[in-house]
Amino acid sequence: MTTTEIHTLLHEQFDSAISATEPTVVDVARLIDVCQFLKSDPRLRFDFLNNISGVDYLETDAKKVAKAGFEPHLEVVYHLSSIAFAGRRFTLKVILPRWKDGIAGELPEVPTVNAVWRTADWHEREVYDLVGVRFTGHPDLRRILMADDWVGHPLRKDFEYPLEYHDIRCR
Amino acid sequence: MPPLLGNRFDDGFVVTNLDAAINWARESSLWPMTFGLACCAIEMMAVGGPRYDIDRFGAGAFRATPRQADLMIVAGTVNLKMAERVRRLYNQMPEPKFVIAMGACTCGGGPYYKYGYNVVKGVDLVVPVDVYVPGCPPRPEALLEGLMRVQDKIRTMKTLAKESTVDVPMIPVRTGKVQLPEEYATPEKVNEFQKATKEAAKPAKA
Repeated sequence: MTTTEIHTLLHEQFDSAISATEPTVVDVARLIDVCQFLKSDPRLRFDFLNNISGVDYLETDAKKVAKAGFEPHLEVVYHLSSIAFAGRRFTLKVILPRWKDGIAGELPEVPTVNAVWRTADWHEREVYDLVGVRFTGHPDLRRILMADDWVGHPLRKDFEYPLEYHDIRCR
Repeated sequence: MPPLLGNRFDDGFVVTNLDAAINWARESSLWPMTFGLACCAIEMMAVGGPRYDIDRFGAGAFRATPRQADLMIVAGTVNLKMAERVRRLYNQMPEPKFVIAMGACTCGGGPYYKYGYNVVKGVDLVVPVDVYVPGCPPRPEALLEGLMRVQDKIRTMKTLAKESTVDVPMIPVRTGKVQLPEEYATPEKVNEFQKATKEAAKPAKA
């Protein structure tokens, strides 16, 4: 089954919650249902989550904003593969605002897929730590790489490097 | 072949300066602490092995605890989470203690200087460094050279001789305030400076 066929199948099943064309963009509200379907449907059986990655789309250079070709937003990308059907892969993503309700500092929210694939636990912690996405319902949403008292999310394009951290000059 | 020192002194009697004797003992039994943080540690291990053999200089006894070590070879990228531990381990070492900053990362951030949000830009921001060994990673010979420079430093130490010593604080005092150079003080000055450098960079007209 090719990626296009999987996309069509998802589109038939979930209608407006799935983007009309590829790449497969899922409505945040239906993410859990879509993931559960991808995992448990006998035609698909994506029983392995390879990776979750967060991408920050923001052009910080004022001169290049017009040419950038995108509005500032965040994406969370899920890479799946199937062990039952060897070699089958699929990618879906959700699009988020950079800040929840446009208030700077309020992290955007995505429901956790921890209940579908247990491996999502640490991947989601990493996305939370570095890109700043709050996974609602996550059992233990702490920073995984940076120190617990770190301020900010370093892979955001507008992350300001701290001048000092625990008496150590950083810049 | 006659022995180097044996049978040359009456009743084993030698006259020397006590400082020199202490320094000789110190420099030939530097015990480094096992402190590999990244890829430089592989080179440090090579130095410990038979091919380069740091034991020839009396510094082969790598200790797993700072309390038994008097040389800290910081080998590898120090990130901010590790920096506190580096300082803590340094504080646990008995005096006199020496630090070698091994590799580009410990000398000044190395490849992580600009975008390494989690990397300390040089371990000298955390502990005082005696010898810098640049390289990415440095050759084992370079580290041996660094060790010899530490030994040079020990040789000049005056432990017992009467001499007024300047009290230098061992931990560098840092406020975190970054002072910009004069030409970057105001936006106007920045413009002027950039214009001037551009002008200076133009090739001279024949």
